[in-house]
Amino acid sequence: MTLKRAHELPAGGIIVEAGNADAYNTGDWRTFKPEFVAENCIHCMFCWIYCPDTAVNIDTTAEKSRMIGFDYDHCKGCGICAQHCPPAAKGKAAIVMVRDEK
Amino acid sequence: MAKQEQVSLTGNEAVAYAFKQARPHVASAFPITPQTEMMHKFADFVANGEVDTEMILVESEHSAMSAAVGAAAAGARVITATSSAGFALMWEIVYVAASLRLPICMALVNRALSGNINIHCDHSDAMGGRDAGWIHLFCESAQEAYDNALMAFRIGEHPDVRLPVMINYDGFIISHTADSLRMLSADDAWKFVGPYKAAYSVLDTENPITVGPLDLTDYYFEHKVGEIEAHKRAFDVVRAVSAQYGALSGRGYDFFESYRLDDAEIAIVLMGSTAGTAKDVVDAHREKGVKAGLLKLRLFRPFPAAELAKALAGKKAVGVMDRAASFGAWGGPLFTEVRSALYGADRQPPVLNWIYGLGGRDCDLRQIDSVLERLADAARGKSGETVNLLGVRL
Repeated sequence: MTLKRAHELPAGGIIVEAGNADAYNTGDWRTFKPEFVAENCIHCMFCWIYCPDTAVNIDTTAEKSRMIGFDYDHCKGCGICAQHCPPAAKGKAAIVMVRDEK
Repeated sequence: MAKQEQVSLTGNEAVAYAFKQARPHVASAFPITPQTEMMHKFADFVANGEVDTEMILVESEHSAMSAAVGAAAAGARVITATSSAGFALMWEIVYVAASLRLPICMALVNRALSGNINIHCDHSDAMGGRDAGWIHLFCESAQEAYDNALMAFRIGEHPDVRLPVMINYDGFIISHTADSLRMLSADDAWKFVGPYKAAYSVLDTENPITVGPLDLTDYYFEHKVGEIEAHKRAFDVVRAVSAQYGALSGRGYDFFESYRLDDAEIAIVLMGSTAGTAKDVVDAHREKGVKAGLLKLRLFRPFPAAELAKALAGKKAVGVMDRAASFGAWGGPLFTEVRSALYGADRQPPVLNWIYGLGGRDCDLRQIDSVLERLADAARGKSGETVNLLGVRL
């Protein structure tokens, strides 16, 4: 991403473009990252609801939405999705936190 | 020139009238001596329906400035006021107001900072906030406080500036002393100040914005350039607004007032109410044939270094009087600014410093007389201390 020069910015450091966080990579702070284990997923969408960012990718084209993986450009590795994953309680986690080796 | 009424008001009352005439949308405030009476008077205007302002009574000055910032971010014209410890408590948000480029107008009724606790005038509160990004205007009298309060809106809200403005006037000496002044009619004042149209509003849902986001190593510095540049552009705006106000009111203003300065050989530089006393002492020295003069600074931020250096070029000695100490620094804050402005300038005069009037200590004729005597000695080449204390028992 090309950084703008001082005179190209709106006064007061405000952001006038809605939703521009999408273009800002905040996924490089992670220590751990969630890994998706597709065969254990029941597609309950809890991870999508609980994600403090918008880092859970879902497919909404089917009749019932489906969890398909993570947006690692924005996932900060907080692990809340893994904590709330119902299959994990039965020992068949669909989200597993692993050390992020970059 | 507009027809004006001759009135007798304290400085606080005069500023309250100016604020009423500017028709702010929002006022947020917390009481503190000697500011309280100003907002009290303004609250009377609101309660009597004389001005349609949302009056927010908050639980602290930190909240007062926070409410002001929120309202200004929504696009409102906002006023507030404080003094001393109240200003110190607001300090964090004082910076935010300038960083977000919100043209809030604040009366800072100058009072000494604690401790020990003291309610009287000095400029230590204002000097503590001199790097916060606000425009600072200083006043000699209730008339100037009224005039500067009206001009503050036009200066701060100008599209080239968009910065908050502090109207500084001396606690008790100006704020609580009845003074005779000329006041514009409500219509003329409104024609001069006019309505405010903010560039952005957080309440504009058609054009959503984010205000005050996290701003780290990649953009914070670029955003500070905006503040630095706005202060540079403010010089022209201050001059243009002051000229327009001068034509309307007959009272001209500039970055500073030069009193018998042009042909002066020795000169005093100071801000605030002490200027009135200093003018009398300058006159007395002139009668004795001493070419003395005064430079009374009105615009402290942005600091008009080039114009000031030009006005003081070739003087044989200049004495800067600071109504604040900057502990551990070499001289008071005004002294370091003035001397820095003169360093390397054309026909650079020697510059001496006196720190005076802390905690409301009277600055009488004799004290200023002694400054001019010392400057006359310095002009003759007699050496002595550069930084001095004035009117204190040593």
